[in-house]
Amino acid sequence: MSLLEIKNAKLKLDDKDILKGLSLSVNSGEVHAIMGPNGSGKSTLSYMLAGRDGYDLESGEVFLEGQSLSDMEADERARSGLFLAFQYPVELPGVGGMSFLREAVNTRRKFLGEEELDHLAFVKEARKVASKMFVKDEMLKRAVNVGFSGGEKKRFEILQMAMLKPKVSILDETDSGLDVDALKIVSDGVNAQRNDENAIVVITHYQRLLDYIVPDFVHILSDGNIIKSGGPELALEVEKNGYAGLINAA
Amino acid sequence: MVATQETIDKVKEVSSTYKYGFVTDLEAEKAPLGLSEDIVKFISHKKKEPKWLLEWRLKAYKKWLSMEAPNWAMVDFPKINFQDIYYYSAPKTKPKLNSLDEVDPELLRTYEKLGIPIKEQEVLAGVAVDYVFDSVSVATTFREKLAKEGIIFCPISEAVQSHPELVKKYIGSVIPISDNYYAALNSAVFTDGSFVYIPKGVKCPMELSTYFRINEQNSGQFERTLIIAEDNTYVSYLEGCTAPQRDENQLHAAVVELVAMNNAEIKYSTVQNWYPGDKDGKGGIYNFVTKRGNCLGKKSKISWTQVETGSAITWKYPSCVLKGDDSVGEFYSVAVANNAQQADTGTKMIHIGKNTKSTIISKGISAGKAQNTYRGQVQIQKNAKGSRNFTQCDSLLIGDKCGAHTVPYINQFTPHARVEHEATTSKISEDQLFYCLQRGLDTEQATSLIVNGFCKEVMKELPMEFAVEAQKLIGISLEGSVG
Ligand SMILES: Nc1ncnc2c1ncn2[C@@H]1O[C@H](COP(=O)(O)OP(=O)(O)O)[C@@H](O)[C@H]1O
Ligand SMILES: [Mg+2]
Repeated sequence: MSLLEIKNAKLKLDDKDILKGLSLSVNSGEVHAIMGPNGSGKSTLSYMLAGRDGYDLESGEVFLEGQSLSDMEADERARSGLFLAFQYPVELPGVGGMSFLREAVNTRRKFLGEEELDHLAFVKEARKVASKMFVKDEMLKRAVNVGFSGGEKKRFEILQMAMLKPKVSILDETDSGLDVDALKIVSDGVNAQRNDENAIVVITHYQRLLDYIVPDFVHILSDGNIIKSGGPELALEVEKNGYAGLINAA
Repeated sequence: MVATQETIDKVKEVSSTYKYGFVTDLEAEKAPLGLSEDIVKFISHKKKEPKWLLEWRLKAYKKWLSMEAPNWAMVDFPKINFQDIYYYSAPKTKPKLNSLDEVDPELLRTYEKLGIPIKEQEVLAGVAVDYVFDSVSVATTFREKLAKEGIIFCPISEAVQSHPELVKKYIGSVIPISDNYYAALNSAVFTDGSFVYIPKGVKCPMELSTYFRINEQNSGQFERTLIIAEDNTYVSYLEGCTAPQRDENQLHAAVVELVAMNNAEIKYSTVQNWYPGDKDGKGGIYNFVTKRGNCLGKKSKISWTQVETGSAITWKYPSCVLKGDDSVGEFYSVAVANNAQQADTGTKMIHIGKNTKSTIISKGISAGKAQNTYRGQVQIQKNAKGSRNFTQCDSLLIGDKCGAHTVPYINQFTPHARVEHEATTSKISEDQLFYCLQRGLDTEQATSLIVNGFCKEVMKELPMEFAVEAQKLIGISLEGSVG
């Protein structure tokens, strides 16, 4: 079943065409990688999907589990099961990680008609998931992303993903700023969440991440469009010849 | 002018009949409109006060006549007509409503959000209730427990009768009648308030809250509170009710005096959420309060914590006079101003004794068209060697039509002291909002989270239950300010 369907998406920022008729279909159980050079529109695509203010489509449409997103605000989309792991996670001074997670999880549970978790049940669950991500209790007591290292920020993003159990996750350059050990932890965290019911879109500049999160499909994004799609071998081609070779060939 | 004439007539009418130059008709519900020497006498007489207190009130009244209303605060409002106010009304004169259906739906919505049970909603909203409200029995057991420790906790009007020597000794000792315009007015016409006395060596076994004082309702616009903590004592006092109360009075001018002896600690917490008026500020409360604590004894400590979300205008500077060596003063404040609200609030820390220490943490939140000013004075006197102050003033702006202002005054008369001041101004950024929305929170939840994060250092100073409700209140008072 198609979980995410992007149809001919066009988007302008500051009167400049950024997405130029992009289409993509993602089915449940699949992992897609979107690769592209800097400035090709990867983050713009993720913000558009998440419904950020100012990232409305000029034309085209997006469907989440068959439901059109055009009239849905960012928070509704999130509650409906769309998750974005940010390239640059945002600091929330004074907002404790645990309280933030709990508010988010209970809001989603409420939306799904599930019972909200009480404080104790939540803390237990959060600790269980956190330990798998090598996120220490101490980090959850700190304010969200404040003073976190690059690796900590990315681990906290994936921890949120694990707690929220989204239908579709978009990971925007989750590998940037990670050393090999951190990359492995984060990838393990993502892989543990792969199942037949959900889908993951991994956005990256480098092939390296795809050694750890092995995708079913790879798409090359260039200048606001997908210029080539294929299997994991396409990522290796990028690694070998660089984007320039592929773009010129297209 | 009509009002003034009415007053004169009424007072004349009663004056001719009674020997004090006026009324003993205790059934009278209200003093005539307006303020005069006779009104002051009327109030004192109604309360069967001793002569010294009447004289004290009259002195205050004369002083008030010679003073001008202060105009240095960054607040703007039409001139108050002091002859158009009733200065005394017997308890329970609030118009009774027959059921919650007659209550302002906006108020009910707030109660619901705060999770206040129906029975309490009725009492708060002033609905006539024919059953005994739970807190009445609670209050009785409460009082018995305190009495066992020798603690006095009662309305100040009662203390005037039962412990006149204590009241006489301390009333006006911290805030003299001539201190400022509104304090002088309060001294002349105060109607009631709390009295607390903690005898030597006693740690008060529970938080004292006005909520548990039955006749607290309607203690009126001119409240007067006096708390005395003898050597080696501790007391935590909570002022206010976290649910907004219906109130028809526009002007509130309270006075709170605290006295801490050797090694005594007083923790005074306030959550103020009076009616802020409509979006244009119409009909809101003017809250002009004078609060001050004297750290008289060595190693004494006074700590003010306030969360101010209500009132159209707030003019309030809870202060500490650090006389005793090694005494400590603290001020933790959250002031929220939304729509047309104006808040000018802060503190004064007067260091007199050696090695005295003060901490000021002020968090101002402005939204809508509101103006929020922190005004603080730190004074280190000549003999206050080894003293230290740390001040942190943070402002958070929501939207771009509001304002935040920081006005610190520092007077240091000895080089042997350290004064530090830090200030920041920030906005809730679009990035922060989007991050929260992407996690499924709506704009109000997101704002509330970010704002509460901003206030955290102050909130943690509040007693637990109070803090939870104060958090919700801040959320409610900022509703609709983002997005
Ligand atoms: N707010 C904006 N206004 C105008 N142009 C923008 C804005 N944000 C990004 N861009 C431009 O859009 C293009 C795509 O940016 P982005 O989506 O961040 O790329 P990527 O994530 O692939 O590096 C770039 O040319 C960038 O300069
Ligand atoms: Mg990017």
